[in-house]
Amino acid sequence: MRAGDVYGFLGANGSGKTTTVRMLLGLVLPTKGEVQLLGEPMPKAARRVLPRVGALVEGPAHYGHLSGRANLALMDAAGPGGSRRTRKARIDTVLEQVGLSGVGRKPVKAYSLGMRQRLGLAAALLRRPELLVLDEPTNGLDPQGIHEVRDLLLDLHRSGTTVFLSSHLLAEVEQLCSRVGVLDRGRLVLQDQLATLTAPTGATVVETPDPQRVRAALDGRVLELGAGRAVVRGEDPAEVNAALVAAGVPVTGLRLQRPTLEEVVLAAASTSADRVDAPGERSRR
Amino acid sequence: MIAVELRKLFRRPRTWVTIGLLNALPVLVAVLLAVTDLAPRPGEGPVFLSAVLTNGTLYPLAALAIVLPLFLPIAVALIAGDSVAGEAQSGTLRYLLARPAGRTRLLVAKLLSVFAFVLVTVVVVAAVGYLVGQLLFDVQPIGATIGGAGGTTGLSGTTLTPADIVGRTLLAIGYVTVSMLGVAAFALFFSTLTDSPLVAMLGALGILVASSLLFTLDAASSIAPYLPTRYWLAFVDFFRVPILWRDVVRGLALQGVYVAVLLGAAWANFTTKDVTS
Repeated sequence: MRAGDVYGFLGANGSGKTTTVRMLLGLVLPTKGEVQLLGEPMPKAARRVLPRVGALVEGPAHYGHLSGRANLALMDAAGPGGSRRTRKARIDTVLEQVGLSGVGRKPVKAYSLGMRQRLGLAAALLRRPELLVLDEPTNGLDPQGIHEVRDLLLDLHRSGTTVFLSSHLLAEVEQLCSRVGVLDRGRLVLQDQLATLTAPTGATVVETPDPQRVRAALDGRVLELGAGRAVVRGEDPAEVNAALVAAGVPVTGLRLQRPTLEEVVLAAASTSADRVDAPGERSRR
Repeated sequence: MIAVELRKLFRRPRTWVTIGLLNALPVLVAVLLAVTDLAPRPGEGPVFLSAVLTNGTLYPLAALAIVLPLFLPIAVALIAGDSVAGEAQSGTLRYLLARPAGRTRLLVAKLLSVFAFVLVTVVVVAAVGYLVGQLLFDVQPIGATIGGAGGTTGLSGTTLTPADIVGRTLLAIGYVTVSMLGVAAFALFFSTLTDSPLVAMLGALGILVASSLLFTLDAASSIAPYLPTRYWLAFVDFFRVPILWRDVVRGLALQGVYVAVLLGAAWANFTTKDVTS
């Protein structure tokens, strides 16, 4: 991925997203090949690189008997790059950023799932990282919370933070990311700008109560007929509309055809890795 | 990092509950003894216990002897077994390593905090024993009579000055601490092997139970000198006149070897393993 991206890392369960993230952070050691993070080899340069990275891996984890603030302070003190002098101010800032500024001295074990997720995000932001590595960051949040986190990430991105977002929630990636990679069974099968992947296909989708009459009006240009809709070759909906209206076909809706991210991902990746078929089954499918 | 680990350990309520419970039994024993005046006969029951009714100064040692066979190792195995596996189970291990805390540093910090726990626990047991001994039993300030701390000592009638007793008690505290470091090393090693603190603790306790059992078996006498619990009670030898150093020295050397080998294994395992918790 490139600096300045919001990179969406997609893949089915078991495709290797989390293992990749763990290799990036030096938690899992690769059996073959090498890992580079911010241009430095991992895990060799971990002590230099990781203080510049904020991470949220597979859900937040905290010491339940301590308050959120104490948790942040403890983690900050546990490694390099977190100055003790600025610690309190930094903790106040990140708690405000994630919407936990009023949380007080309550121990973390009394937090809701959403609050823990926010605290995990606060821990990732504590040292103003250049790179945020987030694995399912909106897990456990309600729609309101998801919206807040999305806004926060976009804000951080605007101020120069690169974001690596690993997720299987396509909608989340579609709304946040500029660039997308798809992992399938441990291999990167697709990587491109989101805008390129979901570019118009050169066809127009026509919604009409009478699809058969579309075929009569635009003979040879119809790519697909369905219940209440027809897909017609043509990059200009206005032109298609004019042709249909001239032929007296009732049109209730009209839009350019774009593949959804879901279609792109499904086309690129094979079946889900947590699906376990009997030998030979896959070839029959 | 070490400060962080110490803060984590000693700010955790469980640590103090463990230490508190550990002291409950010696205190209960002391109260029962003081109320009933029924001390075990010399040679029976925990060492030193027969002597405390006449001299409360010895109660710190009696307290250590009471918790040494079972409760102290359980407490040490609990904390040491939890050290790495507990972080793995709660998921904080991955955040510590991604922080990055550094694997060797983290292990060393865990090790030192476990050592600190062992030392604090042994000292607290001795201190509470001292208080209880002063409060509940007769204290003979000078010319204390060491009445047969178990039949093995056979030192009846030899006198030690209070300064002697203090010095030798401190030596005994040190020796018990080293003995417990062996337990801690087993539990810490298991703690790097598994993500379950319970398994790590039970693994270490299993070793100790097996060791105690083999010790009583004549057929196992050829390996007896190498059993981790073999020289645990050698702290009694500090109260012989003159001090009988042979078993104490062997015990220290044995624990030293166990600690070095197990910590080496823990380090080799922890620095190369995939953290998937």
